[in-house]
Amino acid sequence: MKTISPARFLTRACIKWVLLLLALMPATSTTAQTPEMADGMRADGKIYVVVVIVLVILAGLIGYLFSLDRKVKKLEALLKEKSAAK
Amino acid sequence: MKNWVKLVAIILLVYVHTAGLLMEVPRLNILNETVRALYFHVPMWFGMVLLFLISVYYAIRYLGKPDPATDRMSVEFANVGLVFGVLGMITGMIWANYTWGAPWSQDPKQIGAGIALLVYMAYFVLRGSLENQEQRARLSAVYNIFAFAAMIPLLFIIPRMNNSLHPGSGGNPGFNAYDLDNRMRLIFYPAVVGWSLVGVWIANLRIRFKTVEEKVTDLENENDLTSQVLDKGLH
Repeated sequence: MKTISPARFLTRACIKWVLLLLALMPATSTTAQTPEMADGMRADGKIYVVVVIVLVILAGLIGYLFSLDRKVKKLEALLKEKSAAK
Repeated sequence: MKNWVKLVAIILLVYVHTAGLLMEVPRLNILNETVRALYFHVPMWFGMVLLFLISVYYAIRYLGKPDPATDRMSVEFANVGLVFGVLGMITGMIWANYTWGAPWSQDPKQIGAGIALLVYMAYFVLRGSLENQEQRARLSAVYNIFAFAAMIPLLFIIPRMNNSLHPGSGGNPGFNAYDLDNRMRLIFYPAVVGWSLVGVWIANLRIRFKTVEEKVTDLENENDLTSQVLDKGLH
């Protein structure tokens, strides 16, 4: 079965997720309360940039894990071949 | 590790890293938005405890029935657990710097966690100092049980018997100090599950890698032996 690489699949899934988020972005802003919170940040303060950055790092690391997974799988196959050849 | 398990971990973590930054959290003085660090800092420790638990499980199994494969499971789970613990420590110190006023304030929780990490580091020192495989596996399995038994009071009991700044200490159950309400649980528990699964995944990769490495060494040794025998014309 030939499919797209997990890393690429993941990147696409992440982009879709981010787009969905932007579409669902809440326009609400609560009125001032005593403790200081980053409400402004979330309304129009580019918090979504942070979300995207965090998700990119997460996707990168997970993609890296997948690539390691593939490498180990190849090694295992190679070893099996070699031991069978003996 | 099955692919769908990896997918579950990824979905949970993408959700956690999005909702963790965007959803409503309790409004608390001093903590302010840093209360969100709960979603990222605490799962490291939960993940570490789970990985150490798996490690000690295999250590006990090894003592019951010695097998190099069981020893490998034990050591690799401890290895990834330690990485999680170090990340938990670093993130905790960053958080403490902005809420407790200093990265390290000799808090019972900090000291306990620090000692627990050192105890586990000593596990690898012990392993590194023994040449013989069987001896190394057996001694480190025994030490592993000690390390796990030492970690529990260091992390969960001693800090609660003393005054500590850390939530869950000084007699307080862990989450009440944050008013960890249902909104936060909805992100916190998926974070714990997601990161734990990633920890198991990494350990799994390390175990497979080490297994291949060992088999290659065995093959080489076999070849050496064969050629030696052939050289001497003893076959």
